[in-house]
Amino acid sequence: MNADIAKTHVFKQTGEASVSPILAPRLKEKAIELLLLAAALMSVAITAGIVGVLVYESAAFFRQVPLWDFVTDPQWTPLFSEPHYGILSLVSGTLVTTVVALLVAIPAGSLIAIYLSEYAPRSIREAIKPALELLSAVPTVVYGYFALLFVTPALQAILPDLPGFNMLSAGLVIGLMIVPYVSSVSEDAMRAVPVSLREGAYALGATRMQTALRVVFPSALSGIAAAYVLGVSRAIGETMVVVIAAGMQPTLTWNPLEPAATMTAYIVQVSLGDLPHGSIGYRTIFATGLTLLLMTLLFNIAGHVLRKRYRQVY
Amino acid sequence: MLRPRVTVTAALTILLAVFGWSLGLSRSQPAPLIKIDGSSTVFPITEAMAEEFQKEQRGRVRITVGISGTGGGFKKFCRGETDIQDASRPISPSEMEACRTGGVQYFELPIAFDALTIAVSPQATWIDSLSLSELKLMWEPSAQGRVVRWSQVRPAWPDMPLKLFGAGSDSGTFDYFTEAVVGKAKASRGDYTASEDDNTLVQGISNDKHTIGYIPYAYFEPNRKRLKAVAIDAGKGPVLPSRGTVENGTYQPLSRPLFVYVNAKSSSRAEVKRFVEFYLTQASTLVPQVKYVPLPKEAYDLALTHVKDGKIGTVFQGASVIGITIQDVLRREATQ
Amino acid sequence: MSYGNVTDKSIDSSGRTAARKRMDRLFAVLGLLSLFSALMALAVLLGQLAFDGADRLSWQFMLSYPSRFADQAGILTAWIGTALVMLLTALTAVPLGVGAALYLEEYARRNLVTDIIEINIANLAGVPSIVYGLMALGLLVYGCRLGQSFLTAGLTLAMLILPIVIIATREAVRAVPPQIREAAYALGATKWQTVKDHAIPYSMGGILTGMILALSRAVGETAPLITVGALSFIAFLPHPPWGPDFPFLSLQWIFDPFTVMPIQMFNWVSRPQEAFHVNAAAAGLVLLIMTLAMNALAIAVRARYRKRIHW
Repeated sequence: MNADIAKTHVFKQTGEASVSPILAPRLKEKAIELLLLAAALMSVAITAGIVGVLVYESAAFFRQVPLWDFVTDPQWTPLFSEPHYGILSLVSGTLVTTVVALLVAIPAGSLIAIYLSEYAPRSIREAIKPALELLSAVPTVVYGYFALLFVTPALQAILPDLPGFNMLSAGLVIGLMIVPYVSSVSEDAMRAVPVSLREGAYALGATRMQTALRVVFPSALSGIAAAYVLGVSRAIGETMVVVIAAGMQPTLTWNPLEPAATMTAYIVQVSLGDLPHGSIGYRTIFATGLTLLLMTLLFNIAGHVLRKRYRQVY
Repeated sequence: MLRPRVTVTAALTILLAVFGWSLGLSRSQPAPLIKIDGSSTVFPITEAMAEEFQKEQRGRVRITVGISGTGGGFKKFCRGETDIQDASRPISPSEMEACRTGGVQYFELPIAFDALTIAVSPQATWIDSLSLSELKLMWEPSAQGRVVRWSQVRPAWPDMPLKLFGAGSDSGTFDYFTEAVVGKAKASRGDYTASEDDNTLVQGISNDKHTIGYIPYAYFEPNRKRLKAVAIDAGKGPVLPSRGTVENGTYQPLSRPLFVYVNAKSSSRAEVKRFVEFYLTQASTLVPQVKYVPLPKEAYDLALTHVKDGKIGTVFQGASVIGITIQDVLRREATQ
Repeated sequence: MSYGNVTDKSIDSSGRTAARKRMDRLFAVLGLLSLFSALMALAVLLGQLAFDGADRLSWQFMLSYPSRFADQAGILTAWIGTALVMLLTALTAVPLGVGAALYLEEYARRNLVTDIIEINIANLAGVPSIVYGLMALGLLVYGCRLGQSFLTAGLTLAMLILPIVIIATREAVRAVPPQIREAAYALGATKWQTVKDHAIPYSMGGILTGMILALSRAVGETAPLITVGALSFIAFLPHPPWGPDFPFLSLQWIFDPFTVMPIQMFNWVSRPQEAFHVNAAAAGLVLLIMTLAMNALAIAVRARYRKRIHW
């Protein structure tokens, strides 16, 4: 009697399966699982697509250009009658803007994280965090506008010789953009430090600053380092700000007051002109893209390793 | 709460709809599309034409205008991917060959004259004119990494960094400038800011007083407030670029003809034909509006007759057009 | 791990204690100052954009085609383009992303394939957006011969936001207590029934929030679409998504050339004339309003669902 009720209930649940009550639902279940697996595998296919396209075109590129020239030649003039393919000129632009960005984002992001995690009352924290996250919601092309038409003229008031395109203003704006990345990940890391450690420090008479700097910060260090590294990889891959504000000339320079092209800016510049499919010029953007991908991958992996380490502490 | 069954069913239906209909797509009666690509120098003219024509046609015809540069554009044009090609120099022998291989025949329509302008920031007070040989000194391939200060070009000029802005290597402007100044097409130093988009050049030149660069006249004229033109001395005294000096043939060798090329097969399509007619009849008014120098009306009429009579091919046959004047172009067209 | 030496000489005289307290307050002020500078910078950015562009915002601006005259130009093609690209992006990324997340949370066994998928998603989220553009250029534009169409743009952005959708959905699904599933199994429900009748509905809030946030990121993306080769001058609309005959839907438009808001803005920023910069600011303002509205919507959705569900 009871079993019968249970049975009808099952049939009601499986609904459509009245024809072959055992087999059909199983088939359907299996089909659905496979469908979902296929969706999950799509993400692997995308990675395969990215790596495949980049490696395929870059391989063709490196058949024409020796890898040694690629990493040592100080000039990058791939589209001229005397082509040079020295990626260093683009890497230097990327590194300079990234360093400028970090000089803004790391101090500001860390201080904000410490303030939110150690000082701010809960209500302020809850109100401030979404506002900070707005910083990363603003489209990058808007940041580019801001860098070119607000930050650069403002800087020129202080440094009259500053060219209209320069890496300084682009870097500063990227820094602003990645502040929320740095602050939110570091804050998470600091809040994961057990309260007992803080209480221990307070009991010994430490102020909040001493507790924050000498107890919480060192304990959360690997998590904070992961935040910095994630910030680096964001800054390296940033495109529109440097395209609009940093200039388009590949120059091997370490001076942020100069204009220079980054790897991302070069790819955009070439894309705007539309090079013929299959030419060496077309392939340069894939070789550049591969370099960019490897650099960000390196930092991402470093970030993951660091984060895993700090997770294991507690 | 949304009822899950309904949600899932709806989502599946939409998905099925999208994928089903994208497979069995009925591509009936598309609004005709004219594809144009090529030189950013010619872009302002074609943009104006496209805008006015689409306005007149009230959306019945759709036009896309790209700026891949003359070289990049010809590669697409000769594969038959575009209907009309903007060019800031005549078609080159290798491109003629490419078009032959691609089975593309074309009409060549000269549509305007440009004064390639050497521009500096107004703050560069020391410079008013340049001789052709100084220009060459700055731009030839051997200058790369060597000529990097203003004082190296003319000792009287300040010992300040010299920064160069110029056209990208896929652009006809680059080809013309290098041939006219250095003597060999595409021979240029590579350490300068190169862009296919002349707007980028204008911005770069205008906000850095150490900079000098070359841009088409249509990009100089609307930005007179932030740019200064440099007079060019080709042996007969310095001449500034202007409509007058182009028309009387004294701004040499940097005045040059601009063209559009029309795919002959495309021109049999009604909308392309109408657009070409529109282009040639409106050129006299729209070309000066975008600050280029128009050809005499008879040149446009002649071109229209050539299209109607089916006279395909180029009158230049890959020969150099350095130093050519409006009258020369007219003569060549007439004897075609 | 050492926690620094807070003990030894630091607690000796009351003068020092006062100094330390001053330092402490100073440090708090420093933190507050960084916070305010960041928020001020945001405010200045928004203010500058509004100051430059607000006057230009009008129905005429919203409903006009791009033009060579700055004062006649508008963003009609751009915002319609953005809307249509987002539609394609959502239709692709949401089923795939939710499907993948459900698989990983509900079905996957711990094995090599699962590990590969997990690591892969974590890494995909860190790939710079322009690299997606390069992939789309090689694979979609040339490989699949899709050209520079709405379809290419939609798929490119879908791939870009897929990891975000997956991660958000997983978090939402994971938050559903296992007891709910166990109860469903106890009543004889199959796996899929449990998932679709319980896991999905209860995590709907989180899924929707993640989806909206992912789309708001896609709205502002410019670089990958430039790489794909967006055209500079498009003064016409794509074919309408409806047709004259049954089923009254037309997909002609997905093969049309596209432009979107951020590309239109980029185009105007890179022109030297001030009048176009004003247009750029106005377009930026519209773009910003679109993104912020989506963020606000996400917050509202989250709040609404959070209120309804009590475990």
